[in-house]
Amino acid sequence: MIEDGNLDPTSGVALYRRMLRLRRFEERVVELLDANEIAAHAHEYVGQEAVAVGVSASLRADDVVTSTHRGHGHVLAKGADMAAMFAELMGRESGCNRGRGGSMHIADLSAGIYGANGIVGAGAPIACGAARRFRDSGQDRVAVPFFGDGAMNQGVLLESLNVAAIWRLPVVFVCENNLYAITSPISEMAAGELYERAAGFGLASEAVDGMDVLAVREAAERLIERARRGEGAGFLECRTYRFSGHFTAERGRDFGYRTAAEIEDWRRRDPLDVQARRLDGEEAWGTADRAAISAEVAAEVEAAVAQARAAPWPEPATARDHMYARTYPGLPAGPRG
Amino acid sequence: MTREIGYLEALNEALLAEMARDESIVLIGENIRGGFRPEAMGIEEAFGANRIIDMPISEAAMTGIATGQALAGGRPVVHFQVSSLIFPAFDQLVNQAAKLPLMLGGQGHIAATYLVMGCGASGGRAGQHSDSPHAYLVHAGIKSVAPATPGDAKGLLISALREPDPVAVFVPAVAGAIRGPVEAAADPIPLGQGVVRRAGGDVTIVAVGQMVADALDVAEALAGEGIEALVWDPRSLLPLDRDGLAAAVAATGRVVLFDDTARTCGIAAELAATIAERCHGSLKAPLRRVTRADVTLPYSAPLEAEVLPGRGHLEAAVREVVAWVPGSSSVPG
Ligand SMILES: Cc1ncc(C[n+]2csc(CCOP(=O)(O)OP(=O)(O)O)c2C)c(N)n1
Ligand SMILES: [Mg+2]
Repeated sequence: MIEDGNLDPTSGVALYRRMLRLRRFEERVVELLDANEIAAHAHEYVGQEAVAVGVSASLRADDVVTSTHRGHGHVLAKGADMAAMFAELMGRESGCNRGRGGSMHIADLSAGIYGANGIVGAGAPIACGAARRFRDSGQDRVAVPFFGDGAMNQGVLLESLNVAAIWRLPVVFVCENNLYAITSPISEMAAGELYERAAGFGLASEAVDGMDVLAVREAAERLIERARRGEGAGFLECRTYRFSGHFTAERGRDFGYRTAAEIEDWRRRDPLDVQARRLDGEEAWGTADRAAISAEVAAEVEAAVAQARAAPWPEPATARDHMYARTYPGLPAGPRG
Repeated sequence: MTREIGYLEALNEALLAEMARDESIVLIGENIRGGFRPEAMGIEEAFGANRIIDMPISEAAMTGIATGQALAGGRPVVHFQVSSLIFPAFDQLVNQAAKLPLMLGGQGHIAATYLVMGCGASGGRAGQHSDSPHAYLVHAGIKSVAPATPGDAKGLLISALREPDPVAVFVPAVAGAIRGPVEAAADPIPLGQGVVRRAGGDVTIVAVGQMVADALDVAEALAGEGIEALVWDPRSLLPLDRDGLAAAVAATGRVVLFDDTARTCGIAAELAATIAERCHGSLKAPLRRVTRADVTLPYSAPLEAEVLPGRGHLEAAVREVVAWVPGSSSVPG
C-alpha cells in the first residue's frame, strides 16, 4: 500500500507513517488555502490523527465510513488517493468528486468513503443504512460513522444509536471527543459521559486515549470484528484534541474558549510523538529511519500537489451535471431561461 | 443621527436596543456567547446569562424550545449560524411554529424570530453551506424579510422583534463585508414595504436580499450606456408589498427579476406570478428571471459562477428586455 511505503503494514512504524501523512497533508492544505489555491476554509484534523489511522487500520477496503466537516484525515486514512484529494480541494475535474464537493463533501465511494459532511451528525444514519444493507444482503462488511462530541447532541445521532442497537447492525460509531464544538466546551453541552449514552442503548461501548494510535487500533479492532461477526453494534469514544482552531478562519484570533496552557498540555501528547516514543529503541524504528519516512511522505505530498495543479478545471457548461442520474429536457433549469 | 456601520453591527444594535426595551427577549443559538458572533456581542454583559443561551448542536430542539418559550410568554430569537441549519429544524419550523397558531384557534400566538445567518454563496462554501432557503419558509407561511443593507437589517429586525408571529430574518453570507448608513435610533421598518433603491425609466430590476448590491452595480454600469434601470427591493418577502411591486413595474413596463433562491418555486417565481396577475397591462416585454439554477451549488469556482445569478447574467437579461420589441422571441436567449 502506498501509505506504508516499504513497511510492514501491521507494524507500529507503518501507523506512525500513516499519521505523518495525514499531518503533512493537512499542513499543505493550509498553505494552499493561504495561497488562494484552495477556496473558503478548512477544518484541520491536526492532533486527531491517531483516531482516523487507528480505526482505519482495523477496517477492510470494502468497509464503509462516513465522515464530518473535519474529514480530510478520515478520507485519507480510509484510502482515498492523495492527489485526487488535493485536486478536489483545488476544484479540479480530477478531484475525488470532480471538483463538485470540496473539503466538507469529499468522498470516494470506490474506497468505501461515503463522504465528509457539512451537517453535524448527518453521517450516522447514512452509515446505519449501509450497514443494514450489508446485513440484509449477507455481506460481512462494517460501517463506521466518524463524528465529534458536538454531534452527540443531534437527535439524528441518538436515533441512529437506537436503530443500530435494535437491529444489531454491523456499525461501530466512532466519536472523536476533542472537548469542543467550535467554542462550546463539552462540559457545558453534554450531560453524562458520551460512551455511557451508547451503553444505555445496549451497544458495546468503550472510551480510549485518542492520542494513542495503538490504543485506538486495539479497541476499534475488538468492536469492528465483533460487529462483523453479527454480535452487535459498537461505540468508541476517542478522547482527543484539535491543535488548531475550529477552522482556518480562526487563526490569529482568540475567542478565549480555551487557554494556551491547555493547548500546550495536549500538544505534549501529540499522537505522532506518542508513537515515536514508543518506537524509540525498537529495532524496526532504527532501521526504518525516521528521516527517510519524513522525506518519503514530503515527496508524496509534493507530487500529489503537482499532479493536482496540473489537472484541468471543470468546464462551466457541465455545472448542472450530476444533479440527477436521469435528466429530462429543461432539467435542471437556470440561472436564465 | 446616521453613522456608517457594518451589517452585523446593525443587527447587534437592533438586538441590544430591543432587549433593553423588552425583557422577554432571549437569544438562543449555537456558539453565540463569547464574541464568536459579532451580531451577539455584549448581550451577556448587558443583560446577563439568562438572556443569551448557548445551545448544544440541537437545531430541532432549539427551535421547539423557542416555540415553548413563546407560548409561555417569552420572545425568543433563534440564531441559525448557517442558513442550511433550518433544515434539521424543519419539523419544528413548519409543523409546529408555523401551524400551531391557526390550529390553536387563536388561543395563543408565537412571537419568535429566526435569525437565519449565512444565506447564499460566498465562494467555495459548497453544497451544504451556500443555501438561499428563503422560499422554503415563505412557502410554509412564515413571515420573512431579506434585508439588503445595514440600515434595513436594523429596522427590519426591530420590526420582527415586535411582531406577534414567527418572523425569519435572512442574513447574507457576505454580511460581514457590507457597510452602510444606519440610524443610531431604534426605528422599525415595517414589514411589507418595498423600496425603490434607484430611479430609472427604461427597465425595472427587482432584486432580492443579497442581490440588491449587485443589481445597483449593474444599473450604474448600464447608465453609462444610456440604459436607466429602476431597482426595486421588496425587503419583505412575506408579507409582500404587491402595490409597491406593481408601481415599480408600471414605471418602466420592462422587468428583470434578480434572485438567489431556486428557479423553480423560488421567490422570483412568486414575484413573476404576481406581476403576471397584476401588471399585464403595463408590461411592454416578457419579463425575465435571473435566479440560482436549480442545482446543488458545486464547489469549484468556475462551476459556482455558472449556476449562481451573476452580474453578467443580469446585464444580459436587462439588455434583452430593453431591446425587446413585438415580434422578438419571448423565450429567454
Ligand atoms: C447540524 C449542524 N449544526 C451546526 C453546524 C455548524 N457547525 C459546524 S462544525 C460545528 C461543531 C462540531 O463540533 P464537533 O461535532 O465536536 O466536531 P469538531 O468540530 O470538534 O471536530 C458546528 C456547530 C453544522 N455544520 N451542522
Ligand atoms: Mg468537538
